[in-house]
Amino acid sequence: MDLVRQEDRRRLMRRRRINFALHMAFAASTSVCALILAVLLIDTLIDGLKFLRPELIANYPSRRPEASGMKSAIVGTLLMLFIMAPLAFVLGVGAAIWLEEYAKKNRLTRLIELNIRTLAGVPSIVYGILGLTIFVRGLMLERSLIAGALTMTLLVLPVIIVSSREALKAVPRSRREASYALGADRWQTVSRVVLPSALPGILTGVILAMSRAIGETAPLVMIGALTYIAFLPDSLMSSFTVIPIQIFNWVSRPQVSFHELAAAGIIVLLAMLLLMNFSAILLRNNYQKMI
Amino acid sequence: MKEIGARTGRFPLAKGWPGPTRFGKRRKKLMNRAMPTLLFLCAAVSILTMIGIIFTLFSESWAFFQKIPLREFFGSLKWNPLMEPKSFGIWPLVSGTLLITAIACLVAIPAGLAAAIYLSEYAPRALRQVIKPALEVLAGVPTIVYGYFALTFVTPLLRRVIPDLPVFNALSAGIAVGIMIIPMVSSLSEDAMRAVPKALRDASFALGATRLETALKVVLPAALSGIAAAFVLAFSRAIGETMIVTVAAGATPKLTANPLESIQTMTAYIVQVSLGDVSHGSVEYGSIFAVGLTLFVITLILNVAALKIARRFREEY
Repeated sequence: MDLVRQEDRRRLMRRRRINFALHMAFAASTSVCALILAVLLIDTLIDGLKFLRPELIANYPSRRPEASGMKSAIVGTLLMLFIMAPLAFVLGVGAAIWLEEYAKKNRLTRLIELNIRTLAGVPSIVYGILGLTIFVRGLMLERSLIAGALTMTLLVLPVIIVSSREALKAVPRSRREASYALGADRWQTVSRVVLPSALPGILTGVILAMSRAIGETAPLVMIGALTYIAFLPDSLMSSFTVIPIQIFNWVSRPQVSFHELAAAGIIVLLAMLLLMNFSAILLRNNYQKMI
Repeated sequence: MKEIGARTGRFPLAKGWPGPTRFGKRRKKLMNRAMPTLLFLCAAVSILTMIGIIFTLFSESWAFFQKIPLREFFGSLKWNPLMEPKSFGIWPLVSGTLLITAIACLVAIPAGLAAAIYLSEYAPRALRQVIKPALEVLAGVPTIVYGYFALTFVTPLLRRVIPDLPVFNALSAGIAVGIMIIPMVSSLSEDAMRAVPKALRDASFALGATRLETALKVVLPAALSGIAAAFVLAFSRAIGETMIVTVAAGATPKLTANPLESIQTMTAYIVQVSLGDVSHGSVEYGSIFAVGLTLFVITLILNVAALKIARRFREEY
């Protein structure tokens, strides 16, 4: 009798010990993931600090690392953002409104939904191939700012549609019904009640999608954003470069100085992304209470 | 409601009802007729994009396969498109891609799953609210940054252990890709595990199970479909990853399973060709579409599979 109870106790202790050991293992694994993030950031910061100087923003790229900057890349990224953001916003939010507020539950709608989800998983380089064929060659836009912006618009659309739909779904039904009860028709309800309520959520999603877009390199390499450019784009049709491509160019060179330059470029890029993410979080926290 | 009226300044009740004007009526009619169509056109852009992708890849690949027979594409074991003697066998690129993906999954799946189990089953709430956003930051870091990290941090680190490791190698790039997809694995798996009702856990605890036993024998099986879908999505993401492998894995297509060698993936090949001066209409130009089509088909199958897994094997609780 006593022997049995002892056996039980021993087994229980063993189960507890295994639980504790794996608890620690899981916690360690999680902290390693967080640690990697810290190492990644600190390593880049240390490498890039040397070149983090005014010339980085004020100068054009050069053959000598000391004189190199990324003025054209920064301007290119900003211009691209300004062209892409309104386009992606209108198309993405439009599609989301149609799917949430107008679409009937039929095969066409299901097809479009499935299609959007599938598009979200297509590798970005495939969008580059699409942009190269349709915009650069098909529409003869050449390797221009507008071709790049259109390609990136298509790339971010699925992300914006999905997040905008979530925001529209979060608007309570009672608001729509109140609007109809006041005699408003469908468009009035959508444009004056649903959309304003969902706007903070939609904007958050759009900003996050944009921050993903300005870090993308592969599609723009495909459509031929140049890696060396010593002038500012002056029209939609002029050639351009963006920050990640400039970084890619510097990383691909064998000299260590260029790698440090790349690290400085990464710091600028990450600072931009951080700013965008931070504003998205601020937007979400400030307006979350309203719904 | 009042806030909306105040914010937009257009809510009629806020200013007093001006009464419907003739213009207003006409506009109202127009909007109600035109808007659904306009909005539908926005949604149709996604269909057009898909048609564009498929049409582009197939039509240009068709031209490529007129010159290079399918027999060579799938039969030859050498990929040497840029120098004589030319050879177009896709397998070295596929093996390079799979090698990178395998290493990435070896890194990401254990780490991601462990993090997911910890966050969903063990971590106190306050800690979770710190770590989860941190992991999501990891997901938002541009891939070129991971490429830089692989080349200037992971490779030198590995070379200390393996002195004769070449600068460009599959191992370093694979590890970086793995780090990149960890947040995807952990975040999606954790969502799936947290969706398991608390009652199931409570029942398990009531029977005397430890946290670990509950996690592994109750929660994990119940969340299996979501976790499997997360793995498949991460796998597909690793296959499509471009910049890390372009920067750190090299440009020598090779049919090998040795992670210590320099290799080339499908995506890196596409970038390599588009960086060079390849004339439109040449065989090299066509080859990027054939490779792109292969890549597109593989990721499409994986993504659809992930959707199916998540939907079909959902446990009904």
